Amino acid sequence: MKRKKETSFEEALEELERIVQDLEREELSLNDSLLMFEKGIGLSRLCLAKLEEAEKKVEILLDSDSLATKNFVLEERSEEL
Amino acid sequence: METKSIFTVSEITRYLKEKIDWDPILQNIAVRGEISNFVHHSSGHMYFTLKDNTSRLKCVMFRGKNIRLPFALHNGLKIVALGDFSIFERDGYYQLYVNEIQPEGIGSLHLAFVQLRDKLEKEGLFALERKKRLPVLPYKIGVITSPTGAAIRDILNVIQRRMPLSSILIIPAAVQGKEAVSSLVQALSLAQKIEDKIDVLIIGRGGGSLEELWAFNEEEVVRAIARCTIPIVSAVGHETDFTIADFVADQRAPTPSAAAELVTPDSAELSRHLRNLEARLLQSIKRKLHVYHWKLESLRQRPVLIRPQYMLANRQQALDYLREKQLLQIKERIKEKRAKLHLLVEKLNNLSPLAILERGYSVCYQGEKLVKSVSDLQKGDSLTVIMLDGKADCLVQDVRGEER
Repeated sequence: MKRKKETSFEEALEELERIVQDLEREELSLNDSLLMFEKGIGLSRLCLAKLEEAEKKVEILLDSDSLATKNFVLEERSEEL
Repeated sequence: METKSIFTVSEITRYLKEKIDWDPILQNIAVRGEISNFVHHSSGHMYFTLKDNTSRLKCVMFRGKNIRLPFALHNGLKIVALGDFSIFERDGYYQLYVNEIQPEGIGSLHLAFVQLRDKLEKEGLFALERKKRLPVLPYKIGVITSPTGAAIRDILNVIQRRMPLSSILIIPAAVQGKEAVSSLVQALSLAQKIEDKIDVLIIGRGGGSLEELWAFNEEEVVRAIARCTIPIVSAVGHETDFTIADFVADQRAPTPSAAAELVTPDSAELSRHLRNLEARLLQSIKRKLHVYHWKLESLRQRPVLIRPQYMLANRQQALDYLREKQLLQIKERIKEKRAKLHLLVEKLNNLSPLAILERGYSVCYQGEKLVKSVSDLQKGDSLTVIMLDGKADCLVQDVRGEER
C-alpha cells in the first residue's frame, strides 16, 4: 500500500543502486552516462534529505475517539509489565 | 413370604442418588480416561464417555462449565476430568458432571495453543505470502504495549539510537490479565483507523510466564493482528517464547529491543551507504570521461591533424613518382615503337625495287605496261629498260624462251 505519493525512500534507493550498477558496467554512451550520473546524484540527494526529514516526536494516544495525543515521557520504573 | 420392603423405581433411584450425592469421595473427584462418543450438543452442553481398558463412564459437561475450556475436546483425547457424580434419574444411569478438564500429558494451555496454532495454520494465516514487507524508512512508528512496562523503555531507547528522527506513537494496552484481549484488539483497530499516520507497528510486551503471555495466543487478538493492513512486528516475551501472534505477524522479533532494531534502519549506516553510492557514481563518470578524453587526445596527436601539409607532401611525392614512372613508360614505348619502325623500314627497304635495282636487276616496260614475260614480246618491239641510274630505250632483236 503506497503511503506517499512522491517517490518513496525505498524506490529512490533501489533506482539509485540500479543506476550505479549500470554506470559501472560501462556499456552506456557518453551522453547516457552523463544523464544517468545526474539522475543518480539527484536521487542520492533526495534520499539523504528524506533521512533528515522525519519529525522527531514521542507521543502517547490519549483518547480513542478524539485521537488526541500528548507527549510521552518515560516514567520511573513503576510496575514491571 | 418375608415382608421385604418394596420400593418404586423412583424411590430406589432417589435413594441411590442421595447415596452418591452425599458420598464425599464421589464429589469433587478426579477421574482419568479417554474421551469417546463425544457430542457437542446445539444447546452448548457436551456429552461424552470416559473409558479405559475395562470400563466406561458417562459424562456431561454443561455449557456454563465448558465454555471456559481453552482447548477443544475430541474423541481419543486423554484427560483428567474433575467433577461430581450423580444419577440422572429420568434415564437411570450414573454420570460424572464435569466441572473442569485437564489434558493428560501436557498442560491445558499448551494444548489450546497447539490446537489454535494448527487451526490457523491450516487456514493459511501464517503463510509467507501474506507477510508484508517492512518499510525501509519508517517515519512514524506505532507501538502497542503497556506504557509502564519494560518493553516500551527498550523500544524507545533503540529507536532513538538508530533513527532518532522518526516519531513514535504509543497506543497503550493491557498486555496481561482478563482485560488484555479486548484491550489489544481495541488498540489494533485504533491503529487501523489511523493507518495512514503509521508506517509500521510493533506489538509486544516483556517476558513472562505462559499465563502472562496468554493474551497473545488468544484467537481474537491473533485474528486482529492478521487483519491489520499496517506492517506489524510482534515482540512478545523473550527469545524462547513463541506465541501465535508471532506466527501471524509480518515479522517476529525475539525481544522488544530486537523489534525496534528490525523496524528502524541504522540511519547512520544508510547515510554512509548513500554517500558511498554517490562516490561510486562519481568514480564511474570520471573514468568514462577520462577514457573519452584519452581517446580524443590520442586522435588529436595524430600527424594528420597536427601536420596536415604532410598529407599533401606525401601526395605530391606520390604524384611525382607516378609522373616519373609514366614518363619512363612513355619513353620505353617510344623506344619500342621506334625499333619496330626501324625494323619495318629495313624490311621495306629490302623489298624496295630500288634495292633490287641496286643488285643489278632491271625492269622492262613496254610503254606503260610492265613486261614480265618474253611471251609478251615480239621482234621489233620497243622496250624501255629501267636501271638504277636511268632508262634505256631498246629494240627487241630476237625472242627466245627459257627453260628454268
